[in-house]
Amino acid sequence: MTSVAERAQSRPDGRARSRDSRRRLVVIGNGMAGARAVEEILARGGAEQFSITMFGDEPYGNYNRIMLSHVLSGEESDADIFLNPLSWYEDNGITLHAGVRADRIDRFAKHVFSSDGRVTPYDTLVIATGSRPHLPPMDGLYTPGGSVKPGVFGFRTIDDTRKMAEHARHDHHRHAVVIGGGLLGLEAAAGLRSFGLGVDVVHSGGHLMSAQMGPDGGAVLRRSVEALGIGVLTGSRTTAVLGRDRVTGVSLRDRPDIDCDMVVVAAGIRPNVDLAVLSGLPVERAIVVDDRLRVQDEDHIYAVGECVQHRGEVYGLVAPLWEQAVVLANHVTGADTSAAYLGSRTATKLKVAGVEVASMGLQGPELDTDEHIVFSEPSRGVFKSIVVRDNKMVGATLLGDSRKVAFLTQAYDRGLPLPEERLGLMFDLGTPGEDVGVAELDDDAQVCNCNGVSKKDLAAAVRGGCASVSGAMDATRAGKGCGSCKLLVKQVVEWAADGAVEEDPAATYYVPGIPLDKAALMAEIRKRGLRSVSAVFHALAPGGAEDAKSKMGLASLLKMMLADQYVDERDARFINDRVHANIQRDGTFSVVPQMKGGVTSVQQLRRIADVAEKYNVPLIKLTGGQRIDLLGIPKEDLPQVWADLDMPSGYAYGKSFRTVKTCVGKDFCRYGTGDSTKLGVEIESRFQGIESPAKLKLAVSGCPRNCAESLVKDVGVVAVEGGRWEIYVGGAAGAHIRKGDLLATVDSPEEVKVLTGRFMQYYREHANWLERTYAFVPRVGIEHLRAVIVEDAEGIAAQLDAAMQASVDSYVDPWSERVDPLTPGQFRTSLPLTVLPQVPVR
Amino acid sequence: MSATGAAAASHILGPVDQVPLGEGRAFAVDGEQVAVFRLRDGTVRALAAVCPHRGGPIADGTIDRQQVICPLHQHAFDLTSGCSTTGAEPLQAYRVSVDGEQNLVLETGGV
Ligand SMILES: Cc1cc2nc3c(=O)[nH]c(=O)nc-3n(C[C@H](O)[C@H](O)[C@H](O)COP(=O)(O)OP(=O)(O)OC[C@H]3O[C@@H](n4cnc5c(N)ncnc54)[C@H](O)[C@@H]3O)c2cc1C
Ligand code: FES
Repeated sequence: MTSVAERAQSRPDGRARSRDSRRRLVVIGNGMAGARAVEEILARGGAEQFSITMFGDEPYGNYNRIMLSHVLSGEESDADIFLNPLSWYEDNGITLHAGVRADRIDRFAKHVFSSDGRVTPYDTLVIATGSRPHLPPMDGLYTPGGSVKPGVFGFRTIDDTRKMAEHARHDHHRHAVVIGGGLLGLEAAAGLRSFGLGVDVVHSGGHLMSAQMGPDGGAVLRRSVEALGIGVLTGSRTTAVLGRDRVTGVSLRDRPDIDCDMVVVAAGIRPNVDLAVLSGLPVERAIVVDDRLRVQDEDHIYAVGECVQHRGEVYGLVAPLWEQAVVLANHVTGADTSAAYLGSRTATKLKVAGVEVASMGLQGPELDTDEHIVFSEPSRGVFKSIVVRDNKMVGATLLGDSRKVAFLTQAYDRGLPLPEERLGLMFDLGTPGEDVGVAELDDDAQVCNCNGVSKKDLAAAVRGGCASVSGAMDATRAGKGCGSCKLLVKQVVEWAADGAVEEDPAATYYVPGIPLDKAALMAEIRKRGLRSVSAVFHALAPGGAEDAKSKMGLASLLKMMLADQYVDERDARFINDRVHANIQRDGTFSVVPQMKGGVTSVQQLRRIADVAEKYNVPLIKLTGGQRIDLLGIPKEDLPQVWADLDMPSGYAYGKSFRTVKTCVGKDFCRYGTGDSTKLGVEIESRFQGIESPAKLKLAVSGCPRNCAESLVKDVGVVAVEGGRWEIYVGGAAGAHIRKGDLLATVDSPEEVKVLTGRFMQYYREHANWLERTYAFVPRVGIEHLRAVIVEDAEGIAAQLDAAMQASVDSYVDPWSERVDPLTPGQFRTSLPLTVLPQVPVR
Repeated sequence: MSATGAAAASHILGPVDQVPLGEGRAFAVDGEQVAVFRLRDGTVRALAAVCPHRGGPIADGTIDRQQVICPLHQHAFDLTSGCSTTGAEPLQAYRVSVDGEQNLVLETGGV
């Protein structure tokens, strides 16, 4: 509302515009360089000096072209890569002609002629037309009508990417050929692999990424690329695209044809200079500019980005154009007329097809006296090569491990003296660690190459109030390109904030839909006597709005807090908790009956066998938690399966206490010192099914040989000499591996049960939603946990024990719901393939 | 849809309380698989029942007033338009209502 009113006010009629005494700045090309140049101009007070008009051939605002590879691979949605959405132009008073080409410039009359028939006068002009894919000459690239053959793609724009994805998704399309094994070709290949297509890369050079690295690095990269299931043909040229009116294959020189449904041409780029040539501007390989980014011999025309040639160089990466945009803006606005662009040293740090690649300077030794240090470990995809001349680093290639890149880039840029022991260039030899590295890093050192963000920029953002990692990333865009620098960005922010890194407020919310952290949320729930998820939304969510992503976390929290006082609304549960089974990729469920401590009986095994037979269970599997998993059960069969099993639920589906793994214990084991099996069964009987912020997996081992893997469990118990028991908490051995911390050593199984329950209750009350103990324990600290749980330093032990007891008492086996479904159609299939009664047409 | 030649038709799916408040249930209608949701405010929505991502059962998703989240990989879809807010392909949306006898009425074809 207000914005409309404001706009009406600032432009009551046409007169406001005609009174505009500002000069006219026109920018041709609305890509990464054009938009960045305008941003730099605005940052230097350009809005007061200029009325700004931009022409962009693409019908969008400016987006991060680098991220197109992520869009193709599906890691990023195309809506998320916009750097300057259309509203940005409006907010900054910029007239954008999106989807309009500039065709010609009249340098004398100072007019731009565009494809929509418009004539636009300028005082200052900036050309930022970028490049386009180069389609090398080969037969069959075009249809007789002159258009590119359907199935052939370049990889440059959002529209290219969308079309490629659409084509790749087509059911009958199985194989793609990518022409070109450089950065772009490999990214296209990796992206297409994610659609399940077979992909071959045909590269005319002798090895992959030949512009960035030598043959040895190329060989290691090739292994990493092949490991992604991508075929690589080097030293091979495509001579023809086959197929009459759509692609059916390619012909290669000296090799058999390859059948394929699509061809991506990534064989280099060519600057977009037609407009400049037509308008009589100096063009060699690209538009020739001087150190001020002014087109040679022109007073009012500048050019920037991939379309320019500066001191003989044409760049194809973004880092140089950030530097160019700054110099250009300084001249256009007059902010610093002494600014000069002297060229960029191309130290590149990229992530290509998931592989980290950094390269700078020479690829290999050139003089007899050059030192060459090489480390190659192809099985891990790691390759490092460094060239040293006169004790200065003159070149480096790093593949698969970029930890030393920040240091090396700096050594290269500034010719720093090198360590005597050259190995120190490649590896941290217990000498200055990463943190020291950040502090020592030059202020001007570029942290994020993709978006041209230096250490200084990040530090300024932190001082300016963005003391959280994501805040500083939003403010500077660091880390928002290929993402390979995120770790370094984090380190720099931490260093700049001097330990005072703030958490994002939203990061502390217990669930995304309610702006409260866990303690405050629990306090509000208690104070207001809220007892159901819908009541919590109504009372505490902004606008009382429900939020699907918050429901499950709230349901778990309320159940934990209120035990049998909780009003259970089924819709707040995740499907697994509605039907007490774990949903599988095909929409069927897995059923895991309880088997306390991994101990079973003849009767149980017989029943399980009978059920598996009766329901034709496709897969019967022993789980890591020492139970038996029946996989592939349709939802509608669940109640009958439970009835036939007549065993309680094993809770293999919930965010809850899951299992206690045990070893055989002292009755049978020669080494056993404590009765681990008995204790495990008792623990499971006591805590079965209690809900928690994330799943809890426990173990009890009868001796320090630790056969039940107690050291890597959420709570792990180990019997030690003298009838004593050690309790470890916060261990993990899944995607994350962590050895648990010793909470206490106690004398009896009874004490184990008390402390286990007290720890779990403390965790339930204080952990964030989905925060496993391996994150929770180090966050709050084992000393703190020992003080609260073992020594009762806060005097809350009795309270924790009582709360846990209430949860234990309110336990009901969920599989008893079979007789009387709680909601209509609770177990009705959601993938009605044939099962449902067909509804007649009225 | 009309391009496929399917004529517009309405179907009575039976009593609305087959679908519990805040949940979804799937129906096979005219060879199509449709997930019908009943929001907590009592209104109803209908989308195609199979997730375009990897075929997840949309009716088993978690909903609020705007969106449904597929239980398999958490793609989210607008309940009214079927458009994904997480970058997946859209789900077909259907017109659905509750008639005077508290029956669900779903329209297929010609949307
Ligand atoms: C898939 C992909 C991945 C990449 N990955 C990396 C990477 O990891 N690291 C890296 O450093 N670089 C990468 N790059 C290169 C980087 O994107 C470019 O260096 C950068 O975009 C160049 O910016 P630019 O503004 O000069 O050109 P562009 O971004 O191409 O912008 C030029 C714009 O001008 C428009 N235009 C052209 N002619 C006209 C006209 N006559 N009238 C109006 N508009 C016109 C074009 O349509 C285009 O929108 C990648 C590029 C691609 C395509
Ligand atoms: S199947 Fe629906 S999100 Fe993957």
